[in-house]
Amino acid sequence: MILASTLTTNLAILVLAGFVGFIVISRIPNTLHTPLMSGTNAIHGIVVLGGLILLGLEGLSVFSDILLVIAVAFGTINVIGGFLVTDRMLEMFKRKPPKPKDDGGDGS
Amino acid sequence: MSAFPATIFLQSESFIYVLYIAAFTLMVLGLRGLAGPKSAVRGNRLAGVGMAIAVIATLLSPHEGRWGLIALGVVIGTAVGIPAARRVKMTAMPQMVALFNGVGGGAVAIISWVEFRHYGSTYGSHIATAAAGEGFATYTTPAVPTYVAIFSVAAAIVGSVSFWGSNIAFAKLQEILPGRPITLGSGQQALNGLLALLALAAGVALVAGVHSELLFIGMLLAAALLGNAVVLPIGGADMPVVISLLNAFTGISAAATGVALNNPALIVFGMMVGASGSILTKLMADAMNRSIPAIVAGGFGGGGAVEGAEGAGEHAGTVHSIGAADAAIQLAYASHVVVVPGYGMAVAQAQHAVRELAKELEKRGIEVSYAIHPVAGRMPGHMNVLLAEADVPYDQLKEMDDINPEFQRTDVSLVIGANDVTNPAAKNTPSSPIYGMPILEVADSKSVIVIKRSMNPGFAGIENELYYDPKTAMLFGDAKSAVADIVSELGSI
Repeated sequence: MILASTLTTNLAILVLAGFVGFIVISRIPNTLHTPLMSGTNAIHGIVVLGGLILLGLEGLSVFSDILLVIAVAFGTINVIGGFLVTDRMLEMFKRKPPKPKDDGGDGS
Repeated sequence: MSAFPATIFLQSESFIYVLYIAAFTLMVLGLRGLAGPKSAVRGNRLAGVGMAIAVIATLLSPHEGRWGLIALGVVIGTAVGIPAARRVKMTAMPQMVALFNGVGGGAVAIISWVEFRHYGSTYGSHIATAAAGEGFATYTTPAVPTYVAIFSVAAAIVGSVSFWGSNIAFAKLQEILPGRPITLGSGQQALNGLLALLALAAGVALVAGVHSELLFIGMLLAAALLGNAVVLPIGGADMPVVISLLNAFTGISAAATGVALNNPALIVFGMMVGASGSILTKLMADAMNRSIPAIVAGGFGGGGAVEGAEGAGEHAGTVHSIGAADAAIQLAYASHVVVVPGYGMAVAQAQHAVRELAKELEKRGIEVSYAIHPVAGRMPGHMNVLLAEADVPYDQLKEMDDINPEFQRTDVSLVIGANDVTNPAAKNTPSSPIYGMPILEVADSKSVIVIKRSMNPGFAGIENELYYDPKTAMLFGDAKSAVADIVSELGSI
């Protein structure tokens, strides 16, 4: 059994995640690019995890604590704002019940 | 307990990893869902759930315990994020995305800063151990491995560039700063290069073991200035590409943070954003026939704009200007109308008026469709979002390749605030700066009505010969009021 180092394991994850990103996303039609940009934008709010992890360290100074609270707040804005905005945009793409068309047909 | 992050947080915490794997699955399914208009809402929500699982899993770690501080950060973030996302108008969406992207980059930079404050004194010390032949001694080394320092410092630089670049992009789109390029001229690239070099040099010194927080802050500052200096010279219309690029940057910096903290969720999510953002950036740049380096260098503004400004006064052709009544008559007697929306429609928020007009025309049995250029507006798909907001049926929105053959059987093309994406020079004039850019072939239709504020050239700064075409009529005015005028004139026909 070969024991890979933490670095090489993580690099393997990094490369594979990149390919998954390429493959999944290159199929998306032009018209959905803005919501997609907004959605992926929300996803990198995952950095909030970094803030959470570091808050678990021992012996942080008060200033570090303040910085981390700011980082967590920033990350939260990124995640929550990003997903909400994307959701709002996508709701608009939903097909509405075709009532106006029917009315028009009756009229003519 | 001053071991490096891997030992502290994730060693033998298999359950957290299992949850992470579930989160990855949801994330990939969610992104796949975003591929179609029907599944997109569900996709976005799946991705959101995946994200929530990743956060909960992280909080399960036995090292977490400062719940007060965590709650404080989350509450502040929620209190700012939710109202911002709820209140923003659809037309202001691009700058909102820029802002959300910016805070993400800021979070990355801050996290790296705290990492430095905590582990920075050990940066560089591992080099000696490795040289002594203990290269694989990672888990037990008190110092963080050099690669951790490298990834952390790199994340700090990229995060800071992304934060400040996004803020400038926001300020430009929000018109706090002027949208036109702000540039130092020929010195610009030298300045950018110098700032990049400074940030890089500081980063190398930090990784090599110079333990000075001032140096770290200096590096953040150099990167911040770089972010400003890179985005300021870029014109407002290029912002979509820039935001997309910065989005990819933030994703990659999040992945780098993940490598530094040995957290697979950060690596996977960050890298997926990095990959998608890169593709999106390339697609957008291709659609405008521009190269990403040229955009980043702010190169377009220089030559093209000056020539265009000179050419504007010299054009020999005449422009045929009409009023709303004429336009209404022309539209009323058409049988096939194509609406070509652009940036002007977004600025004037004319999408509801346009929808009204289309309804009026449809009542008369006129076939209406919308021609969407991939980069019309300020973001790809921006027009779709705006028109969808106004309840335009999704299947009336036609992409460029589908609609171009249709123009020949189009009676009236109604161009609303679109300019460069209709310019025939992209096909006919090899010397034009936009030559080769795919355009909507509006000039093929039987007649064209252009609603435009003035004869000022578009962002490319070049003359649009479409306006001098004898079959083109210009209706000068604000897009929203002009379209509303046409609708009321239609009512009286």
